[in-house]
Amino acid sequence: MDASIRLESVVVEHATPGGPVRALDGVSFTVDAGSSVAVTGPSGCGKSTLLGVLGGLALPTTGAVRVGGEEISSLSDRRRSDFRRTHVGFVYQADNLLPFLTVVENVELQFALDGASTAVDRSLDLLDKLGLADQAQRLPDHLSGGQRQRVAVARAVVHRPEVILADEPTGALDGANAAGVIDLLLEVQREIGATLVMVTHDLGAASRMDRRIGLRDGRVT
Amino acid sequence: MRDAQRHPQPYVRLEGVSKSYGTGPNRLQVLDGVDLDLRRGETTSLVGRSGSGKSTLISLIAGLMRPDAGRIHIGGRQTDELGEADRARLRAERIGVVLQSDNLVPFLTAVENVELAMGFGAGRRSLRRARELLSELGLGDRTDHLPRQLSGGEAQRVAVAVALANEPDLLLADEIVGQLDSSTTAHVTELVFAASRDRDVAVLYVTHDEQLARQAQHWLRLADRQVVPA
Repeated sequence: MDASIRLESVVVEHATPGGPVRALDGVSFTVDAGSSVAVTGPSGCGKSTLLGVLGGLALPTTGAVRVGGEEISSLSDRRRSDFRRTHVGFVYQADNLLPFLTVVENVELQFALDGASTAVDRSLDLLDKLGLADQAQRLPDHLSGGQRQRVAVARAVVHRPEVILADEPTGALDGANAAGVIDLLLEVQREIGATLVMVTHDLGAASRMDRRIGLRDGRVT
Repeated sequence: MRDAQRHPQPYVRLEGVSKSYGTGPNRLQVLDGVDLDLRRGETTSLVGRSGSGKSTLISLIAGLMRPDAGRIHIGGRQTDELGEADRARLRAERIGVVLQSDNLVPFLTAVENVELAMGFGAGRRSLRRARELLSELGLGDRTDHLPRQLSGGEAQRVAVAVALANEPDLLLADEIVGQLDSSTTAHVTELVFAASRDRDVAVLYVTHDEQLARQAQHWLRLADRQVVPA
């Protein structure tokens, strides 16, 4: 799949008691397949809403979202959710690893609902490549914050998604660990040829991407 | 009235369980000779200050770690002698766990999280059962939301659904309402206690809140490394 991303005049309105509020107000941009982009802007500018429509979690009120040739904003719920599970990997600020599963089991979760028979092998292979092999059988509680976020990155990419969406992936880490997680994200992104969109407050992290898109009040600045 | 003899044998039995962390001068004894029985169809609360060892006790019962001394029996099996893989299987098949946070896979919807906990390969049947279970917990209109699109109370109710998905015999709840407001707290707590009645589950409800603890049938306290009546 060609994983270029194209947003065309995307508007997202939320109903509030005071009337509709526009979280995104006519956003258009294109991200080339295999490139990386940082989305920056103040709190409440619409960054998380943007990731929501890119990942097929939310639908635009008007406008279109295309990933590759596919207009994901017009897919049925079922097909949009298949698209999300197959083609998108998510990384969040908190690592969200399940505490009662080992590291490798957490990575395998990415395949859980599709029941891929190679899930364990692929997960162990990736952990090995990322220098996390000796953590594979440990529980998340026994890892440092930086290690946990590296596992979260592994989980987000183990199914080789065409699109990686990262929401403040370094927000909970100190400088050295933050830089390490960005290194890792870029490394895996290049390796699998994915398109990376990262929402961040961290200007250091933003400067590492190919491009930066600023958002303010739901519009591209 | 409940028939007190319905489950004469406890589902969970801890005998003289001890656990410490660290070694030498840094050794910290957390549990020292803990005895505890839990029966199916009954609710038990455990109160204690933070750091008193409540989460350690939950981790031991769930088989996430082994005791230094003492025995743990679950459903007639002595689990402290089982290997890691057997304990993990027992946990997946017979035990539901709800924690304060991090209960849900962030990139799966509510119904997908429940389906996942129902096990692999059940296909359409599991999807229907997962939707039914969420509806029973009042979440019928939230099935296709991701965890981050849910309120804290909704997310914890989904977590309860996940914990009940595999029809467990034992439900462990560790400070599950710590981040919720009081009416949401009452609702989530009621769902957990209802599971013991409606699904014949042994419930251990761990909290630092004495009032919530009083809603269980049996009240226990963890203090000075031992479990005593509250």
